This record gives sequence, structure tokens and C-alpha cells, in this order.
Amino acid sequence: MTDTEQEPSVELVQITKAFPGVVANDRIDLSIYAGEVQILLGENGAGKSTLIGILSGMVTPDSGEIIVGGETVSIRSPRDALNLGIGTVYQHSLLVPTLTIVDNMLLGTAKWFSIDRAAAVRRLDELSELLDVEIDPGAIVGQLSLGERQQVEIIRALWRGQRALILDEPTSMLTPQGVQALGAVLRRLAGQGIAIVFITHKLDEALDFGDRVTVLRRGRNVGELSPTAMTDGNISDLKGHIIELIFGSSESQHGDSTTERDHVPDEQEVCLRVEDVGLAGDGPRPLLEAISFEIRRGEIFGIAGIDGNGQKELAEVIAGQRRLDHGQIRLDDKPVHSLSVAARQDLGIRYVTDDRHGEGTVGPLSVALNTVLKRIGQRPFWRRGNIRHALIREFADSLISEHDVRTPHEQVPISTLSGGNMQKVVVGRELAMGPRVVVFNKPTYGLDVKTIKAVLARIVAQSRQGTAAILISTELNELISTCDRIAVMHRGRITGIIESKPGIETRLGELMTGAAVT
Amino acid sequence: MTMLPSSSGVEADLEAIVPATESRLRKRVNTVLMAVLPVIAASVVGAVLLGALGRDPISFYANVIDHGLIGSLGRQESLIRMAPLLLIAAGLMIAFPAGIWNLGTDGQFVMAGVVVAAVGPELAPRTSGWVLFPILFAIGFAVGAAWSIVPAVMKAWFGMNEIITTLMTTFLGLSFSALLVKEYFDDPSTTVPQTKVLAVSDRLPKLFDTRVHVGLVVGLVAVLGVHYMMTRTAFGLRLRIVGMNPAAAQHAGMNMKALTLSIFLLSSGFAGLAAAVDIAGVQGVVRAEWNPSFGFTVIPLVFLARFHGPSVIAFIGAFAVLSIGGESASRKADLPNFFVLVLVALMLLFLAVSEYLQAKSAKAHMT
Repeated sequence: MTDTEQEPSVELVQITKAFPGVVANDRIDLSIYAGEVQILLGENGAGKSTLIGILSGMVTPDSGEIIVGGETVSIRSPRDALNLGIGTVYQHSLLVPTLTIVDNMLLGTAKWFSIDRAAAVRRLDELSELLDVEIDPGAIVGQLSLGERQQVEIIRALWRGQRALILDEPTSMLTPQGVQALGAVLRRLAGQGIAIVFITHKLDEALDFGDRVTVLRRGRNVGELSPTAMTDGNISDLKGHIIELIFGSSESQHGDSTTERDHVPDEQEVCLRVEDVGLAGDGPRPLLEAISFEIRRGEIFGIAGIDGNGQKELAEVIAGQRRLDHGQIRLDDKPVHSLSVAARQDLGIRYVTDDRHGEGTVGPLSVALNTVLKRIGQRPFWRRGNIRHALIREFADSLISEHDVRTPHEQVPISTLSGGNMQKVVVGRELAMGPRVVVFNKPTYGLDVKTIKAVLARIVAQSRQGTAAILISTELNELISTCDRIAVMHRGRITGIIESKPGIETRLGELMTGAAVT
Repeated sequence: MTMLPSSSGVEADLEAIVPATESRLRKRVNTVLMAVLPVIAASVVGAVLLGALGRDPISFYANVIDHGLIGSLGRQESLIRMAPLLLIAAGLMIAFPAGIWNLGTDGQFVMAGVVVAAVGPELAPRTSGWVLFPILFAIGFAVGAAWSIVPAVMKAWFGMNEIITTLMTTFLGLSFSALLVKEYFDDPSTTVPQTKVLAVSDRLPKLFDTRVHVGLVVGLVAVLGVHYMMTRTAFGLRLRIVGMNPAAAQHAGMNMKALTLSIFLLSSGFAGLAAAVDIAGVQGVVRAEWNPSFGFTVIPLVFLARFHGPSVIAFIGAFAVLSIGGESASRKADLPNFFVLVLVALMLLFLAVSEYLQAKSAKAHMT
């Protein structure tokens, strides 16, 4: 492995951290260089979060050394990390939405009694110049767009010093345009001599943004690609090599996570009709307005859009968790919009929620009971109100084997499963027993490449059997490769429905930001 | 009703966390230690206190055991005391796992008690016991349930915090019941404000040759029945899911309003039934400002028993022995009756500590 002559800005040496039952980091060496974007890749559970936790002071390593600027240091708290100039932008915002930007900055730095707002504003100006972005210190954080909020997060992370900036999956909430803007900011920061660590699941991003790639697998550093390796050779060889590193040798067949499928014949009958659906919100603007579309049997209908533009509400209206205020929903020409969740489920309308931890599963309950969560009290699993454990176990076991859920057995609490396996249980549950229309709300969110493939393949396989699917996603690649048609939602409305084919990303991006409508 | 196989419900969920075989033994040992160690610790601290007060701890504890458990009269008193506590516990075993913090059982209890005490003596001369007691039980249950309707509706429709509303209705219930006794249900033949007395011959039948009335059986059946319902039936599972993750319950299409209402009504109904049993079995009469405060006593016991039916019975039994035996032991040692509460509080404190330690060790063993 070729290496620069330069001394690393931050160096991790033989870092080990074990949690009960799992070695999250196993003798990891990692060097971060000033002016470089270091990509950290790996499956869910590969040890990325732990390593970041160690760098940012949230986790204390069991052994190993951290060397910053040639000196061995110990980082015992986030404060230590910040004082060393190591700042982190987490997936979940640490900003207080009701405060102004400058007050948010003061939160972490203000002394007991004195508040020096003027100095904070000066620092804010300095850093926004560094990022080359426009920041109004008096703006309320809650009113910023997600992209702007992220810029503020970056500024917050750089507040005390600009040695290193760590970003944990920073693109998951952004539009394609937002991702471009972030890329520009990172380039600029790297150009100023800041060392950047960028954690991601997405291979394309890794190749676009990264100067150097490090891959973790099962807590170990399994390989690095130096800047020279990154620029030499062709892209697809590089991808193949990285995939091999991430998953081990056997899984290198990749194909851009595309799931090839035939186009659904137009002559299939319409299965679900959504007509002029409206939903009032608490605010002045309705959550949903004049939503109309129809889906044919076997069709996969995509819904694109930036998070929070009514996709979740639409899914819940179809599933029956919310009552619509206007319009109607028809399944095989029969109105279903006033039926209960249970009644719609019996008719074959299923909903894979985007919130598998929050509402999709009950953590302390067993995997088995979670597979029948929506059928409590129903035959055959209950008879005269009494539970029939044997039948539930049998059902759960077949679901586990059919969907390749990795679990010791069906009686463990579902909260002990990884996110991907939990998602397989949720998907399996909704696809069991005669689905007709399945709403998938961001079914691949937070999953690793392999599980994403499995879930998408499942959706496609199901559609071949005539099940209609609505696939809500923020991942354009995923939508384009999986769907027949894609609708784009913006501010509770559908701004366009287009045939899915390669090359429509820009068009989708325009529709997502409402640029196409006035 | 028999003990339930441990492969069901709550227990299975807890057991499944740790691998089966070796953990089962550890769990048994832990359970026993959990129950015994805090009692010993509290007794030791209590003994130190007694010593400091110049009393003989050994004879005090001997008196507690003697008058609460060994002596036939004391034992019967303890069993009698258990009846209303068990019924209140049965109600809490429904509400708490479902995440509904019904802290209003004392108000529900006293309101039901007052109405039962007012109706009982009027009805008794006209009916036989077979008719009278079911009617009184039904009235108690209904009044207790009715006293929670306001918090129930406020919770189910407006999401209002039931901790506040049930506490408020407790104060309301206590005051209102005193008013009822003084103004409407007052027995004119006495000078103290109290209801008419249910004749001793019209009270609940006794078990065998003892003074213990059938309310104990009602209480035991209620606790075990609720345990069965919560662990084995679809309804109980729905309630537990509402408690564990209300969002998931909603997502799964459960009728949250109906479930919330039934949790409130059942749980406060049992508190009302407890009052009916206590009036028809022991008291026979309600004086103004009567409030035995059983509800607040039962809350920590139910928690420490982790809503597990047989454990609830054991905890309540132990508590009854301690409070009955402690009353006479305190009297003999010339201490105020409050000393028993000190002991109970110590015990609960140590139970909580041991629970914490156990949870911590369980986490450490989880691999």
C-alpha cells in the first residue's frame, strides 16, 4: 500500500473495543490526513459507529492509542475531542430547532454567566466564509432546510478547531442537488487542510467524494484504497474490489444493486385507485392535496420526494392509520377508505412502515409474536381469545427461513435483531397471507447493500405474482431501477408522474424541489 | 386455578433474553435472593433503629411473626387484610402493564365503599346472601369504574396525562364521599357521621371455622385470573402492547380508544370491588373521612412483583403479616404504629435496590 510522506493528522493505532459478546473494533489502525476525505465503508455492524464514537469521545477504547499531531492523547469526552479540533456531524441533529443559529453555537461554548454573542457572530462569519456558504446568525434553526441545517452542523463541529471533521452518513436526508452542494463544501474544507472522515453505505458517494477509502468488516480494518489506487484503474473494477472488501470474497457480483425486471403489461387491470385524496394538517397548508393515481396489478409504483413532503401521510391514509378528509381510495373498485386497518389488511392492503423500531415492532416481544402483531386475536393464531403458541411458532419459523432472517430462534426479543433482520421480519409479515397492494415506506433506509438487494428483490418477486406495490423512497437509483412509474411529491402534492428509465434523475430532482411547478 | 406453565407470556419474553437452561436455575436463585435479602437487610436496619430507641429488636420481630403469622387470630387478621389489597392489585396488574398509571384507586375505593355501605343495609333485610353479595359486588365494581370515567375519556380522546387526572379524582372522591356520608347516607341513630351498619349476620360468609371471609377467595381468583388474562389471551397481549409501544398498537390497527377505556374501567372497577368486599366482609359501615389508603400501599408491591400474579399474592401476603403483626408488636414495644411503615418502607427500598442490582447483572450476562 503506497502512502503519502505526510504525517497523519489523526492516527488510530491498534484500537480495540469490545462490548459484551461482540468485538466492535478489533485492533484497528486508521490514519487520517489533512486535506483528504477519508471514506469509511462497511456493512451495518461492521464497527464504523464505534470507531467514530471513539474519535468523538463518546466511546472509550479498551486498548490502543490515539495520536493527534504526533502526540498520544486520550479522548474521554466529546469536549476533549472538540478541544483537539475533532468535530462530528451526527446523523441525528444536535441543534435546538427553536433557537437561532448563533444561540445554538453558544450552547456548547458559553461560560456560566457571560455570553459573548458578538464574538460568536464573528466566529460564525469566519466559518461560513470557510465553507463558502451564506449563514444568517439570527435565523431560527427549525426554519432552515435540511441542507442548510447540515451546514450549521458542520460549522458547529468546526467551532473549536479545524483539525478533523467527521460526518456520519451525511447524505441520507439530502436531495441530489443538496448532495452536490455538500460535496463542494467538503472539497473546500479539505482544501483548507482539514482532515475529513465520511461514513457512508453508498458506494457511488464513496467514489465521488473520497480521496482514500477504508473498509471495515466485522470490527477489523480489512483494506484501504490509497489516493493513487482511487484515481488509477477503472470505476467498475474499483467498485468490484470495494464490494469484495465489504462483504468478503464471495459476494462480488454486484451490478449497481439494480434489480432487472420486465415492464408490466399495461393491459393488467387496475388494482388500487387513489382519487383526489386530501388531508388537512394542523398548519395552514394541507398535508395532502388532490392526490390521484392508479396502480395496476403487478406494478411497482414509486413515490419520490424529500422526506416530509407528505409521503408518510399518504402511506398512512392508504393503510388506514389516518382518516382522509377528502377524496376516496378504491381497491378493485370497492371503496376502502372508511375501513379499519384490520379490515384493509384482510382485503390485502399492507403497509411496511418506515419506522420499524418505533411502530413496526414491539421490541421486548419475541420475533414470533411480532410476526403476528397485526393478527392478534385472529384465527388461526388465536382461538376464542386464547393464544396458540405452536401455530405462531410454525408461522414465524417459515417466515424466518423464507426471508432469511438471521436470528438464534423465533423466541428472542425482536429488539436484539439487527436493523436489517428486523426489516426482513416486518416485510415478511406484510407479504404473508395474500397481499394485494403493499405500501413500502423507505424499506431500505439504514440497511447495508446486501440487505437492500434482498429487500428490493423481494418487492420485485412479489410484483411478478401480481401484487401491486407502492415504493416510497428518497433513493433515486433505487426507485429508477425498481419501479415502473415514479410519482414525485412536493408539499403534499404530486408534482409529476413519469415513466421510470435511466437518466431521469435531474427531472426527478427538479420535481422534488418543486422547481417544475410554480 | 393452577400456576401457569412458565412457557407463556411475560415470562417467556423475559427468559428468552438469556439462553434457556443455565439461566433458568440462576433465575430461580435470583428470584429467591431478591425476595429474601431485602427482608433481611430491612430487618437489620430496623433492628439498629429499635436498638437506638432502646427497644429489644429480637422480641419486637418475634412479636411481629407471632401476631401476624403464627398466632391463629393474627394469621386470620392477615388473611382478612389481604382480600381488598389483592383486588386492588388485580386492577393495577391490568393498568400498569398497559402503561396507564391509574393512581386514583383510593378515590375509586372510597367512593365505591360509601355507596355499598349505603345500599347494603337497605337491601340486606329484603334479600338473601346469594342475591345480596353479587349485587353489592356489582355496585362496587360499577361505582369504582364510574369514578374513573372522566380521566379515561380525557386520556382516550384528548391524550391528557392520567397521572394528574386520577390523582385529582382521588381528592375529589375522598371529599365527595365524606360529603355523601354526612349529608345523604348518614345514619340518624348515631351521633358520629357514618352510614347505617350492615348487620354482622348479613356480612360475607366465613371460610371454614375462621373469621376469614370469602373475599379472600375472590381476591385470589381475581389476581390469578388477571394474570392468566394478561399472559395468555389476545386481549391481555393487546393491553401489554399498548403499554410497551403505543405507536405499534396504533400501527397494528388496534382500537386505542376502546382499549384505553376498558383498561380504566377494569382497573378502577377492581378497586371498587375491593371496597365492596371490605365493606361486606369486615367493616359493615363507613364513617365520614374514611380512607385506608390501600391503593398507594399496593402500588409498590405490584411493581416489585413485576405484575406477576403468584408473586403479587406472595408480596401482599408478606405485607399483610407485617402490618397486622407490626401493629401489635408496636403497641407492645410502646412505639407508634408508624414504626411498621418505617419497616415496610425500608423493605421496599432494599427491594428496589436488589431489583436494580439484578437488572444490572442480567445485562452483564447478556451476551
